[in-house]
Amino acid sequence: MDSLLPLAVAIPLLGAAGISALNPLFGNRRRVLDAVAILTAAGVTGLLVAIMLSTAGGQRVYWFAGFTPSHGVALGIDFAVDQLNSGLAALTATLVTAALVFSWRYFERVSTYYHALMLVFLAGMVGFCLTGDIFNLFVFFELMGVAAYALTAYRPEERGPIQGALNFAITNSVGAYLSLSGIGLIYGRTGALNMAQIGQAITGHRPDGLVVVAFVLILMGLLTKASIVPFHFWLADAHAVAPTPVCVLFSGVMVELGLYGIARVYWSMFGAGLGHHGAIAAVLLALGTVTAIVGALFCFRQRHLKRLLAFSTINHAGLFLIGIALLTPLGLTGAAVYVIGHGLIKAALFLCVGIVLHRLGSVNETTLHGRGRRLPVTGAVFGLAALALADLPPFALYLGAGWIGQSGDARELPWITAVIMTTSVLVGAAVLRVAGGVFYGIGDPPSEDPQMAEEASEETSETDEAKSRTPLSMIVPPIALVALALTVGLLPHLGELVQDGAVRFQDQAAYNATVLAGAHIAHPTPLLGPEDTSVTTTDVVTGVGTAVASLVLALMALYWRRLPVLRRGFEPGTGLVGPIRRFQSGVVNDYVTWMVVGLACIGGALAFAIH
Amino acid sequence: MSIFPFIVVAWVLAVGLYGIITSRHLVHQIVCLIVVQSSTYILLLGVGYKTGAVAPYFYDIPTNTPAVDPVVQALALTDVVVEAAVTALLLAFAVQAHKRFGTLDPEELRQLQG
Repeated sequence: MDSLLPLAVAIPLLGAAGISALNPLFGNRRRVLDAVAILTAAGVTGLLVAIMLSTAGGQRVYWFAGFTPSHGVALGIDFAVDQLNSGLAALTATLVTAALVFSWRYFERVSTYYHALMLVFLAGMVGFCLTGDIFNLFVFFELMGVAAYALTAYRPEERGPIQGALNFAITNSVGAYLSLSGIGLIYGRTGALNMAQIGQAITGHRPDGLVVVAFVLILMGLLTKASIVPFHFWLADAHAVAPTPVCVLFSGVMVELGLYGIARVYWSMFGAGLGHHGAIAAVLLALGTVTAIVGALFCFRQRHLKRLLAFSTINHAGLFLIGIALLTPLGLTGAAVYVIGHGLIKAALFLCVGIVLHRLGSVNETTLHGRGRRLPVTGAVFGLAALALADLPPFALYLGAGWIGQSGDARELPWITAVIMTTSVLVGAAVLRVAGGVFYGIGDPPSEDPQMAEEASEETSETDEAKSRTPLSMIVPPIALVALALTVGLLPHLGELVQDGAVRFQDQAAYNATVLAGAHIAHPTPLLGPEDTSVTTTDVVTGVGTAVASLVLALMALYWRRLPVLRRGFEPGTGLVGPIRRFQSGVVNDYVTWMVVGLACIGGALAFAIH
Repeated sequence: MSIFPFIVVAWVLAVGLYGIITSRHLVHQIVCLIVVQSSTYILLLGVGYKTGAVAPYFYDIPTNTPAVDPVVQALALTDVVVEAAVTALLLAFAVQAHKRFGTLDPEELRQLQG
């Protein structure tokens, strides 16, 4: 099994090369290329699920070219696979498969490099998950980055995609180079690039300035990818212009990979060496909370469906970071389950928006009002997914939210539950408002806000003209993804299984021993005593409550002008338009300025806390 | 090993970031991104430098001769490859922007607002 690990990266890369090579032969028979791409992605999904199942008893390590560690010193480059990172890689491959199936009929014409880029993107993301080497992490970060930039500008003949791709590429590249500087510094200190080796070298010494600076710099690229405030600006611009099947991957997994990177870097390298868990947790919790609130507020105000979903992703990225930042097994368990549920549901929502764009030729909530009644199946799937996003049981998301909240309560941080609930209500209400207004024609059409309408109507002609029916290959993927999210939520013993993985993920000593000495650790040592992962009535009640509150808020938003108590002409969230436009200026210069400000603030806070 | 190379690294990084932030021309902005990345080359090579050591080729010298660290040189080389890919893609975007819209000013290109 261990020797199969590199295949998860090699197969998509070979598939991409094969598709490029086959192009001259099958250039006018596109279905061959489509089929090769889908089969490759589906095969990788199967392989990764098998790898995930095989890691239940302990980590698996593969050393490239047989360069195994000699006397506890890592010489080569390794893939180190545990339940959490192989699970994330399997989710990635699942979403790539769904996006490729959706693309079968979505694009009228599609050039070869779309398939090749999707498979390279897949290879980059899977490699990022599995690698155990910090420089390799940077290379895979850039590999998935370059594929993602090119996919964002898939239609370069329009102005929007060029601008979105440039913002995306420049901000993420700056972040990546800051990370590389951190990698250079930590190599200078430890003489190692293997994460386990670096962790071993800095554990047991008092953390000095250099290690702290390296940690902060490495975080920069990962925070940018994870779209944490104030590094989040690129995300909405990229989502608004990227083709819908690509948005599925950006929101569903790429952002989450940034957060995975933070968790990996912390628990494999810096956790034990840096100490000061309380201070680091506080800084990350603050970042997560601000991100969750900013994302939720901006989401509620949007009329552009893809931007609305993009800001909802920023909100969820903040919630995932809160789960990780608690530094508890249960918090990480919650974050992991939340990521799976969110990835599947957000992908389904984006695919439904893709169907709307395919059939009705618009993503503007204002002009679409009621027109979605022609799409009953899509409307039902979108509505169900919107309720799931608002933490409705038994979809997997309410479990993640519940466990993060429980872990916060156990650490005497009860406000975490409040943050999760209020922001989830806002985001759920925004998406449910779209479901009710667009697909069921409930309430009044939103009044024309000239600024927002102008922006939402700058149309993205991904498909040539509005079509009269929805192909089966477009409606089946979102249905399957929603069903999968339901299945995950109903899995028995899900909490125990994931917490088992989380405990292993957080046990740095066991990771070091497995990677460097080839030890087999059957029972990792948890950071805290095992926490209860049974699904309580409170979880279910909280989830149902959040969903109901979202529904009420969505109805209020739809019938706003008929509510008697409010002064006439008042629109919810009007005050937010100014800040949104001021901050989300669309000019990359401003975004990089914010990144520098963020670097200074986070660096200052961590340096102050650790010294 | 003196601290001087690391002062240069910080200076080059700061200059590059300042350039990206203030640039009004896409090609200039992309070159500034290359400047930011150049700071990582200096950093990597500075980390592996040893005073009085030779280049790490042991073809005609004894293998115990002090040599500079070859690993960072391999990293810098990989870094150059990454830079080539990113820069080529970004410049292709800039060419497209100029072809379609006749401008390379990020402010003028702004069409996305949210």
